[in-house]
Amino acid sequence: MTGPEANPAEPDLRVARWAMWLPLGLFLSFVLLVVGGLLRPADHDVPSRMIGQPLPQFALRAAVPDRPGLARADLATGKPHLLNIFASWCIPCAVESPQIDALAGQGAEIDGIAIRDHSDDLAAYLARNGNPYSRIGADDVSAVQLAIGSSGVPETFVIDGKGVIRYQHIGDIRAEEIPAILAKLREAS
Amino acid sequence: MLAELGLAALWLAAALAGLQLIAGALALVSFNKGVGDGGTLAGIVRPVAVVQGLLAACALIALMGLFAQTDLSVKLVVENSHSAKPMIYKLAGTWGNHEGSMLLWVTVMGLAGGFVALVERRLPEPTMLATLAGQAFVSLGFYGFLLIASNPFARMSPVPAEGQGLNPLLQDPGLAFHPPTLYLGYVGLSIAFSFAIGALVTREVGPAFARAMRPWVLGAWVFLTLGITAGSYWAYYDLGWGGWWFWDPVENASLMPWLAATALLHSCGVLAARNALRAWTIMLGVIAFSMSMIGTFLVRSGILTSVHAFAVDPRRGSFILMLLAINIGSALVLFALRAGTVTEGERFAVTSREGALVFNNVMLSSILGIVLIGTLYPLVTEAFGQKVSVGPPYFNPMASLFFVPMVLVLMVGPLLRWRRDKLIRVRSLLLPGLVIGLAAAGLALWLGVKGLPYIGLVLAPAIAVASLMPLKGRNLRRLPLPVAGMVIAHFGVAVALFGMACDSAFSTEKLIAAHVGEVVAVGPWHVTLAGVEPVAGANWTALEAQLRVRYQDGDVFAMTPQARSFWAPQQNTTVSALHTRWNGQLYTVLGEQADGGRWQLRLWWKPFVPMIWLGGALIGLGGALALLGRLLADLKRIVVRDKIAYRRMRQGR
Repeated sequence: MTGPEANPAEPDLRVARWAMWLPLGLFLSFVLLVVGGLLRPADHDVPSRMIGQPLPQFALRAAVPDRPGLARADLATGKPHLLNIFASWCIPCAVESPQIDALAGQGAEIDGIAIRDHSDDLAAYLARNGNPYSRIGADDVSAVQLAIGSSGVPETFVIDGKGVIRYQHIGDIRAEEIPAILAKLREAS
Repeated sequence: MLAELGLAALWLAAALAGLQLIAGALALVSFNKGVGDGGTLAGIVRPVAVVQGLLAACALIALMGLFAQTDLSVKLVVENSHSAKPMIYKLAGTWGNHEGSMLLWVTVMGLAGGFVALVERRLPEPTMLATLAGQAFVSLGFYGFLLIASNPFARMSPVPAEGQGLNPLLQDPGLAFHPPTLYLGYVGLSIAFSFAIGALVTREVGPAFARAMRPWVLGAWVFLTLGITAGSYWAYYDLGWGGWWFWDPVENASLMPWLAATALLHSCGVLAARNALRAWTIMLGVIAFSMSMIGTFLVRSGILTSVHAFAVDPRRGSFILMLLAINIGSALVLFALRAGTVTEGERFAVTSREGALVFNNVMLSSILGIVLIGTLYPLVTEAFGQKVSVGPPYFNPMASLFFVPMVLVLMVGPLLRWRRDKLIRVRSLLLPGLVIGLAAAGLALWLGVKGLPYIGLVLAPAIAVASLMPLKGRNLRRLPLPVAGMVIAHFGVAVALFGMACDSAFSTEKLIAAHVGEVVAVGPWHVTLAGVEPVAGANWTALEAQLRVRYQDGDVFAMTPQARSFWAPQQNTTVSALHTRWNGQLYTVLGEQADGGRWQLRLWWKPFVPMIWLGGALIGLGGALALLGRLLADLKRIVVRDKIAYRRMRQGR
């Protein structure tokens, strides 16, 4: 490089030789990632550290006008509950919704926590996908979500009658998983 | 018979692509050794490229013929068509599936390569050979894919009585054109990619290279812009969710090549005009095409959950991934080896046209990174056993973080001189935009708008005014077309931004279960449900709501949203009814029947929402004008060149 001496007013756009390999490195990590994604056979359960722990104290305002909000006390009523973490902007949640409806149809008591949502969007989502929830709390900053050890949407928790987390299902519930969820719910009572 | 002809044409095209690659590479080697001009081998590369494109086109036409006749002995037709389908969807069915879309891809790529071979004479011959060989290399992968793993002409026995039909969501005029438009964009980027490879091989990176590549980038960018705009509108009215952008993985897959192409377009301008940003432009050329392939891979492999689930086939994912790894991997290796030896371009000051364009490039690349990370994040967490969905709460603020500074610089950049300039010089041109922006800020505050829509409502009018400033002091009749294109495209950004901000800030939604005869107010509208009646179409039956709507005290007119049931294949969809006024759109959807004889209705009043797509169309129009300007200049040059050659021939020289 025999260009003019670096002038402080001119940005130096020369790049080190090793940096030329950087795009290739990034690309290879992308390929590894998706190869992993393609080869991974099925989901495997990751046991959560929150299992066996009591729910923390919380009280969330109502997310939609026609359902009450959700507090810890509502989940410790002596009856086991399913707690579904979802959001109207979450596409897997919409995929999951028929299964949530089916669970409600088979007698499960289901409460929801809507993550970072707007009530209009949520109302539209529920109108589209059905509303099997007894109560829906609005968690606008993911505070409760993080406190109960959920890192994404959708997730579903089995809570026993004393407000203790018995089971955590990460990701959408598929039709074939409904009996397993119902079994966990029976175990919790 | 037609199927066999098509397959034969496809095999021949593949063989010619192989010949094009080998002849190009060998001729290049002999060039490098300095033994002559590559001889016969160099001479056949261009004609072979042309014939290869034509043969691929024959194969595509044969397939379209099979779909038009609904030839049920061909497996692809059985799986994707039906004799009762309207003709336009029969033809659209040709590329509404995996095999057909891949054939469309190689055809357009082959024709584009043939066109380059026919007309492009600016670049040194070795660079052209390397470009055409690179192009054949990419095509060959697709030919191999088609012939080995997904033969579109495969027969089926016994011949079934009827086809399985096309997904009803896809039976829509918008969708007949949405995928081909995006594909034309992707393929244009593949030509830019081939040029980048050619230039890397021979290290001939300069203004001539940028000028040869620019029309392809521009064309690709115009198609991508229109494709994304049309796709967004299709999702808006066909899915019946009232939203126009969902940050869905597949939408992101089309947005990422667009972002890269936008950056490439701007850096190409710097390289052509000022011979700067050499290695960076090459890098963007590679990235833009990589993003098209990654996009295709994400859509086709079904590795991410998305509304485009109809395009999914996991078996093919691995094949596309292999192609992607070979094409992009080898290009990046070449880049790593060669880019360091591409000599540094011209230098420039921070405050200059180049400086502003570098800023634009950095911001666009950052948005690209944000979108890529957000799209792939669910895959990363899945690798650790967790399934998550990343949505607007991440994308909107993160993308705005880079979008806002970018459009601020957009207001200044086009006014600056190349090489070195002072902001003081252009202050009088900046003032109107600033004043309008401040006025909009006050007005939006008074209307009570908050958050991102507020920023949008302030920026949109400011950009609209600032984007027109490069016209000041110019004779509009003598305005070069590329400048006019730039102004229109930048103005389009402002229009689209205004539409987006208004939609977020002022939309009103009503969600009700209405009795027949009930009147519902939504925004300035009064909607009456007059009745619900069954209707039937060519391959569907539907329930149709008879709505009587009135804007304020205006006339009453009818709108008829439907809930359709298709019977081949069995599927229900909602067909929304829209009414567009100059100041917005009324959007109506018929839902399920509720208890007590009531009907679920969803009604939205969306002020100024059509501006989003109008802006998109303006951006595309700007690109098309710029392209036209460049092509006319090129055409003039070619005509002059031919005239000179003709005179020389007549004079016997």
